[in-house]
Amino acid sequence: MKKKQVLVACGAGVATSTVVNGAIEDMAKENDLKVDLVQIKISEVGGYEDTADLLVTTAMTKKEYPFPVINARSFLTGIGTEDTKKQILEELKK
Amino acid sequence: MNEVYFDESVILPDIHSATKEEVLTEMSQNLVDKNLVKESFIKAIIEREKEFATGLPTAGFSVAIPHTDIEHVNRKTISVGILKEPVDFGVMGDESETTPVRIVFLLAMNESHSQLSLLQKLMQLFQNEETLRYLVEEKSQKNIKEFIEEKLDFTKL
Repeated sequence: MKKKQVLVACGAGVATSTVVNGAIEDMAKENDLKVDLVQIKISEVGGYEDTADLLVTTAMTKKEYPFPVINARSFLTGIGTEDTKKQILEELKK
Repeated sequence: MNEVYFDESVILPDIHSATKEEVLTEMSQNLVDKNLVKESFIKAIIEREKEFATGLPTAGFSVAIPHTDIEHVNRKTISVGILKEPVDFGVMGDESETTPVRIVFLLAMNESHSQLSLLQKLMQLFQNEETLRYLVEEKSQKNIKEFIEEKLDFTKL
């Protein structure tokens, strides 16, 4: 299976995406999946349109992308984390 | 210096501001006065909050984690503000919603993609209703400092 490129984005690319990045890294390890994680600012997503398979973000985005977008706020609040993990896993296993 | 600056002087346990702009200005100005961040930090943090809201509805009291680009920061700092009355912040990732925030963790970060363990511990702290209740009710800066230091375990970073 091709390694999926997952973009992890927040407004500044410093704080919340770091946490989400860590959570996805752990998930990938647990499930034995190879992922290419790229931590960026939401404003940089456009540059990855041709290569990314998935965007996981804590920032809102009005733009349409050619790949699925998953909201990752639950990793910060602890509310609904399992659902979000399931969504991400489903995409990674596609 | 790569340690996180965190002491009683960056804990503001009794903020009376009525809007998020005032809260952010008060907390940021305090950091400017201590030369922990640049003057430009104030405007940057307000603008960033407008564009990418950081309010987080939690199990107990809503929290906000305002932060902005690293170039406005002199020294990595976490500042804590407890709001006397709830102040509406936009919900992170959800433009249309606001949440009544009581606790603000202002994150002044000076490296991107860093501080994972600190941030993870901070997020765990938000997920504990009793911790949040303690912070809202505690008035002593010293107690708040010791409490958070213990939770975040700065020494092990």
